Amino acid sequence: MSRTPKLDKKLISSILQQHKAGDASALVNVLHDLQAHLRYLPQEALEMAADHLGVSYAQMYGVATFYEGFHFKPRGEHVVTICMGTACHVRGAPRLLEQAERDLNVESGGTTKDLMFSLEQVNCVGACALGPLAIVDGTYKGSMTPAKLSNLLKKMHKKGKK
Amino acid sequence: MQAFKTPKQLQAHRKKIIESRPADRKAIAVCAGTGCKAFGSLSVYDVFQKTLKSSGLDKKWELRATGCHGFCERGPLVLMFPSGTLYQKVKPEDVDEIVEQTLVKGKTIKRLTYQDPVTSKWFRREQDIPFYKHQHRLVLKQNGMIDPTSLDDYLTIGGYGGFLKALKMRPAKVIDEVKKSGLRGRGGAGFPTGTKWEICAGTKATQRYVVCNADEGDPGAFMDRSVVEGNPQSIIEGMLIGAYAMGASKGIVYLRQEYPLAVQRLGLALESAREAGLLGKNILGTGFDFDIQINKGGGAFVCGEESALIASVEGRRGVPKRRPPYPAISGLWGKPTNINNVETWATVPLILDRGHKWFSSIGTEGSKGTKIFSLVGKVNNTGLVEVPMGMTLKEIVFGAGGGIPDGKSFKAVQTGGPSGGCLPESKLDTPVDFDTLVQEGSMMGSGGMIVMDESTCMVDVAKYFVGFLKFESCGNCTSCRDGLQRLYELLSDVCEGRASMETLDLIEELAGTIRATSLCALGTTSVNPVLSTLKYFRDEYVAHVKEKRCPAGVCKSLITYTIDEKNCNGCTICAKKCPEQAISGKKKKLHIIDQQRCIKCGICKDVCKYDAVIVA
Repeated sequence: MSRTPKLDKKLISSILQQHKAGDASALVNVLHDLQAHLRYLPQEALEMAADHLGVSYAQMYGVATFYEGFHFKPRGEHVVTICMGTACHVRGAPRLLEQAERDLNVESGGTTKDLMFSLEQVNCVGACALGPLAIVDGTYKGSMTPAKLSNLLKKMHKKGKK
Repeated sequence: MQAFKTPKQLQAHRKKIIESRPADRKAIAVCAGTGCKAFGSLSVYDVFQKTLKSSGLDKKWELRATGCHGFCERGPLVLMFPSGTLYQKVKPEDVDEIVEQTLVKGKTIKRLTYQDPVTSKWFRREQDIPFYKHQHRLVLKQNGMIDPTSLDDYLTIGGYGGFLKALKMRPAKVIDEVKKSGLRGRGGAGFPTGTKWEICAGTKATQRYVVCNADEGDPGAFMDRSVVEGNPQSIIEGMLIGAYAMGASKGIVYLRQEYPLAVQRLGLALESAREAGLLGKNILGTGFDFDIQINKGGGAFVCGEESALIASVEGRRGVPKRRPPYPAISGLWGKPTNINNVETWATVPLILDRGHKWFSSIGTEGSKGTKIFSLVGKVNNTGLVEVPMGMTLKEIVFGAGGGIPDGKSFKAVQTGGPSGGCLPESKLDTPVDFDTLVQEGSMMGSGGMIVMDESTCMVDVAKYFVGFLKFESCGNCTSCRDGLQRLYELLSDVCEGRASMETLDLIEELAGTIRATSLCALGTTSVNPVLSTLKYFRDEYVAHVKEKRCPAGVCKSLITYTIDEKNCNGCTICAKKCPEQAISGKKKKLHIIDQQRCIKCGICKDVCKYDAVIVA
């Protein structure tokens, strides 16, 4: 079974319509809106967005790839993000990331073959008091340890297989 | 909310609302900042709401979900007015007891109050807790007093008073007021705000912009996030005052995408300001037009640099360009643009409201007012502290911060974000202001303050920051793009035991080149963490090089995990949890780690309850 979302051009058009045509300053906001609905930025969506905003596809692609926040391949159903900010770093964040890499058998930035998990890292989400921090599908899980994270991933994996 | 058509109408409404809400009214403030929310404060709020309603107490007690109170470590926080009682680590199941005992009978529930981990003393009132006692909270204080989604709440605490005063003044007089206050930019560079405004206002232009830089990219810093989340109207008011003073009709808040709650709260605040006629055309009938839009960042650290920020807003890659011309002369789409940081904007209304003399009476000769720091890392009281400029590092780390946890010893404090420096114990008496920190080889930055203890490896920290900056380099200048890559490799050599003493010389030489030849501040200051650690913690570098030893036990290539025969009682938990099955041993017998298979993940040390795993 494929978990890749099917490309819905109507949806893309309707997202684009919420932004003024020809206004390049909305570019990053447009990318965010597209990604929020599609979970990643397929080439067709970028092309349609470039047309709508009146910029070249090269500029659109260049800007999108400049930023860390955008993804160009389908992402997993669950997104596990490890905060790599300084406060989390000194409290052991690198060990969390390594644990997740081992458990999911992907490198940071990758997605598991069954498209169940994407493993990502973020520079800091400003929740430093909770560090080290893992963010699982948008929920902040503070004071994380490698062992706790491992258990959590196992549980999610079991649930997802059902 | 009604739309106010004149300043008088707004003033009348303010007066009415302030009178209807006496300062000593009974209120419960549940912190709903990101930290407390993650600890479950929203369910605490929900239970309060239900319990108050069912017991009829909701007429007597006002319940508020507020922004960040700063003491994130102890969340969820519940603060009661007017008594000032602070309950910490409150769970939903505690609410019944709080209502019964504290709200009805006026009794304190001791176990929910704060106990100092060092002195074991108990504190009932927020203001007496050492974490708060050492602070001087101007900007942050308002966070705990208002519901960030309510414009009326902001008006209650005196909001828009500064703007109303500004409207009665000529724009030049407003700029003069900010200039005289001595306010310097809180984003890091510390440029005098009033002077910047004056330059922007002095340009001949038909269109000017004001921008709020909320691209708080420094890892370990979250001051701006908490102000945007906790008191978004203060930023809008600050920008209104600035736009009025400089003659700008359009404002942009450049906000990090990593802060979803901030985006949402600011969006709501903008809507209610528009509804009230505080944004839009002909504001309060004065003929002044101004509106604000949010531009989200895409997750690039360099976009906090102002020329990169401008490129990003214009829909281009966030690559800095050469200055001058400065944005105040030629910024967004070539028009004069004034860019200030969140904290700076949030401070402006206070200055206008209370006057420059009041503001400049706080702080030091060269740095006026207060500054918010995010005190994080190996420190007892993690959270946000707002202190007067000139307070020493020691007072912040050991006073407000309560020192180092687990009886460990202090090693360094890192200020100024990834481009700041690490200062050792001998520099703890340094007063924190813009100029002194630079003299000591660090900088103020936007206010990140990361405390490190004996278990932090300073070479690893330097490598961490260079790794961060190499990743975030926009790639424009060779020295930054390739230089940081090489610097990272050299530091890895040290951490992995491949370096010689010549490596250290090479590191210093390369750092000097990067500093001298990069275009923007990301490149020029990127070597601060390396140079400051080499200066103050050279012995640690030498231990890595000469003895192939990591004194803090962090650098994986130089450490081994072993099990202490004395402490191991053969509980088998480490063997069970080891992901590589590298630990063997029979029940109730000494366990042994197979060094060939050990990947040094440290899980055995985490799970051992008997302190039997040794890292050396």
